Amino acid sequence: MASSKLNRITVGDIMIGILMLVICFVSLYPVWYTVIISFNDSSDALRGGIYWWPRKFSLESYKTVFQDTTIIRAFMVTVLRTVIGTVTSVFFTAMVGYALSKKYIMGNKFYTILGTITMFFGGGLIPYFITLKNLGLYNNFLVYIIPSLFNFYNMIIFRSFFNELPAGLEESARLDGANDSMIFIRIVIPLSAPVIATIALFNGVGHWNDYFTGVLYINDAELQPIQTYLFRIIASASASKTVVAMPAGVTAQQVSSQSVRLATMVVTTFPIMCVYPFLQKYFVKGMLIGSIKG
Amino acid sequence: MKKRNNELTPLAKKSFWIRLREEKYLQVMALLGIVWMLVFNYIPMYGILIAFKKNFFVTTPLFSKKFFSTPWAADGGFQHFIAFFKDEEFVNVMVNTLGISILKLIFNFTLPIIFALLLNEVKNMRFKKVIQTITYMPHFLSWVVLGGILTTWLGDGGLFNELLIKFGIIDKSVSFLAYPEYFWGITVISDLWKELGWSAIIYLAAISGIDQEMYEAAKVDGASRWKQIWTITLPSIAPTITIMFILAVGGLLNTNFDQILVLNNPLNAPRSNVLDIYVYQTAMRGMRYSYASAIGLFKSVIAFILLFITNKITTKLNDTALF
Repeated sequence: MASSKLNRITVGDIMIGILMLVICFVSLYPVWYTVIISFNDSSDALRGGIYWWPRKFSLESYKTVFQDTTIIRAFMVTVLRTVIGTVTSVFFTAMVGYALSKKYIMGNKFYTILGTITMFFGGGLIPYFITLKNLGLYNNFLVYIIPSLFNFYNMIIFRSFFNELPAGLEESARLDGANDSMIFIRIVIPLSAPVIATIALFNGVGHWNDYFTGVLYINDAELQPIQTYLFRIIASASASKTVVAMPAGVTAQQVSSQSVRLATMVVTTFPIMCVYPFLQKYFVKGMLIGSIKG
Repeated sequence: MKKRNNELTPLAKKSFWIRLREEKYLQVMALLGIVWMLVFNYIPMYGILIAFKKNFFVTTPLFSKKFFSTPWAADGGFQHFIAFFKDEEFVNVMVNTLGISILKLIFNFTLPIIFALLLNEVKNMRFKKVIQTITYMPHFLSWVVLGGILTTWLGDGGLFNELLIKFGIIDKSVSFLAYPEYFWGITVISDLWKELGWSAIIYLAAISGIDQEMYEAAKVDGASRWKQIWTITLPSIAPTITIMFILAVGGLLNTNFDQILVLNNPLNAPRSNVLDIYVYQTAMRGMRYSYASAIGLFKSVIAFILLFITNKITTKLNDTALF
């Protein structure tokens, strides 16, 4: 009987439960620690000994963050690129996926082979860099958008999904005189909400967290996203931190830098932290379709 | 008989122009993608030629006369490849790359599978869901943020040192990221922390697709929980594991550039200098574009060969293949 099975909690169950709790704690604590230190007074934080809750609560670090024009600007760049980049990429990739889902179109096989090759072989960093430079994308906001317009892997996910749509829909639309582009925009897209959500999620997170594009292609401080800005701060901080024995005067300046750095990190991560739990079913599904069907 | 909307119509004998007119929207939609690929995937492939030129100046456009007329590298074009193999950094870079990758393969590939198997045994659905949501949270942190956390934690006076001193394990603060010998450990463990929950998702999804009847039959036969896992669960998700394994081996030379770039500094460089970092620094700092391209090409070719070999092996072993 089902009830008697559930009631028998074995030693194994308890051990697994404890292990899971430990893993959860370990997953959460580093982030929690960062948050509480960022809400703590910066010089007090340097003394150490804070583990569970801020000892000397202070919003100073956050005030500094929100008053720093460079940081605000970098945030705007991140938000802008995430929104524009995700919307354009999802639409573009879905469009190609729709076209390739029609097995009868000319050249379909050729197109597919062309794309599959790109999944296994690439030119490498330098040729790619030179290509983008030749295209005028160096120090250009569009470097965030155009090179990420298309992703063959995501296209496959769209294509599989479109293949599952019933043929009747399209046929009745055609009888009413619609052409392929109208069918795509007015019928297929509204029906594809789950897939769109999944791909948009992957894309959005990728855009939000990407720092290397800014490091490599952007020189203008006005065009850097927040992750690139953070990278530049952290890279210089870690280099100076590993130098031994700094004199007391310099430490004071580093103090505010550390708390401000942490506060910036918290603010950067906060939006994604708020959003991700609600989108679990989308990316679970996406990963399933992608790796098993694709 | 329901016809799917992507089957070939029986009238495939129409002429090219008629079909083009009928399919014009679809062709435009497809061609936009093809053009994109030609520009962003295939032109860089053409750019591989840079690796075979004696010298490349970053200002030279790829399709210019200037590019075509620059001299080819010596030794039949392989001058830079030979230079790389002879470079005193070569062994070090390869050791670091393979060392980190193999460690990650051993730990970060297998542990998510074990985690998924154990998590699957949790009977309370809500608890299970909460654990999942919490454990894949670290995946959503960017490596910059995680790098920032690590430099604070592992630095002089950071939390890690605090705790180690408190528990008497060491008596003086150690700046862990300043020493090469700790680097591999830091890389592997932080990567595991970040991706454990996320990597497990695939396996959990695969496990949830297993037919429950097999478990019922096994229980009737008196099989213990662990026996059931060994004889039912594992074989059922073997195809998934195999595909993930092929992909992992194909990416063996990759070592997660984003992570290493953040954690790398001049002090731990002897053990943090991996292929990708070396390419990046040789090109961007050293301005040796042809040389760096050659190394990049070397890496791509080896990765492809690894992928191919692993795929062949798994086809023979358990009939599962990527392509």
